[in-house]
Amino acid sequence: MAVTVWVIARSRNLFGVIVLGGIYSFLMATVLVAMDAVDVAMTEASVGAGISTVLFLGALHLCKSEEARPVNKPWLPLIVSVAVGAVLVYGTLGLPEFSDPKAPIHTHVVPRYLNEIKQEVDVPNVVTAVLASYRGYDTFGETTVVFTAGAGVIALLRRRRNKNKGDKA
Amino acid sequence: MRHDLILRVIAKLLIPFILLFALYVQFHGDFGPGGGFQAGVILAAAVIFYALIYGLADARKVVPEPLVESMMAIGVLIYGGVGVAGLLLGGNFLDYFVLDHDSVHGQHRGIFWVEVGVATTVSGVMLKIFYMFAARGNADDE
Amino acid sequence: MNTTMTLGGHFTYFVTIFLMVAGLFIVIARGNLIKKLIGLGIFQTSVYLLYIAPGKLVGGTAPILSDAFTVYSSPLPHVLILTAIVVGVATLALGLALTVRIREAYDSIEEDEILNMDAVPSRQEQA
Repeated sequence: MAVTVWVIARSRNLFGVIVLGGIYSFLMATVLVAMDAVDVAMTEASVGAGISTVLFLGALHLCKSEEARPVNKPWLPLIVSVAVGAVLVYGTLGLPEFSDPKAPIHTHVVPRYLNEIKQEVDVPNVVTAVLASYRGYDTFGETTVVFTAGAGVIALLRRRRNKNKGDKA
Repeated sequence: MRHDLILRVIAKLLIPFILLFALYVQFHGDFGPGGGFQAGVILAAAVIFYALIYGLADARKVVPEPLVESMMAIGVLIYGGVGVAGLLLGGNFLDYFVLDHDSVHGQHRGIFWVEVGVATTVSGVMLKIFYMFAARGNADDE
Repeated sequence: MNTTMTLGGHFTYFVTIFLMVAGLFIVIARGNLIKKLIGLGIFQTSVYLLYIAPGKLVGGTAPILSDAFTVYSSPLPHVLILTAIVVGVATLALGLALTVRIREAYDSIEEDEILNMDAVPSRQEQA
């Protein structure tokens, strides 16, 4: 994945960059399966490598250009990025180790979900049960967000039925 | 023309399976990985595949624009409807256990309808966005 | 000995930070709008990894209840990240729609050229 990201940063051909983005999404989905996150991997593969690539290609077809050669050497952004990375590395040294059963992520609410789902909901897929039942309100908000995005795209890209082309603000 | 023919035949073979897989992911989301979002995206991907091979006009005849636009809104309404049904039957908003005689069956019903609503909205939105991008390009060429 | 154990245990965080910094670099250092959006996508996927990696237990399995397993990886970050992925693609669609409109208004999707085009009329107004 590091190689993919490096080539994305350096390449100027936008079509290649978009395809590499799709490859990156598939690699990320594989990593997610290795992390036992099967629902997330399926969503990331279908959404990231499928829909995102299609939308990018559609937008590229409408924009039709290549990236221009960068004018200055990107020293300042490089320094800023590396500085942010160093601060983050210092910050994550305090986080729990990989696969630590006593980490907070495993101790507060999760045992209750894992133990009581059989009596309360009786749906074997814990992620779906939590998403739709225990945290159903969040999923309602998310559905509304998706709907709003669709409405926003309609508002941005709709054409009015005017005869003069220059009037479509 | 020959390359076109191969693509069309393969599309005709594959698209029913993709649609079936989307339905499988939707309804089997309780027992395996899956659920509303994945199913909606795969459904939209199947129709986009059809539009890529057979052209936007054909895809518009099969899945017309008013249907897609109403799918976007109906999904959210289904979700809100389940919530309001919980209110009407005596619980709080989005309570599932009041929906049926048995608390566990009520949860099943609630989760089923909620996932249907989510899949409808997601597939409608993805498809509508694709239609808008594709139509914009065609109108520019005119 | 202690440092290597710490480094080994935190390896996933280093991978996440590398991807995050790479995405951030692409967003701030490249002027092309479409490339910026791809960099933003890379940044978002690195955040997904940041949340999901601590949830995995070695020897556990995917969080689908079954009688054959007792140890499960934590399902809580999966739920949050599922929402995050869908919201991410929604914002991506809006960003691309904006890019298309910018392209039609300014005839370019390079950040420098667009800023120049915006700056020139104001200079003419002041003159």
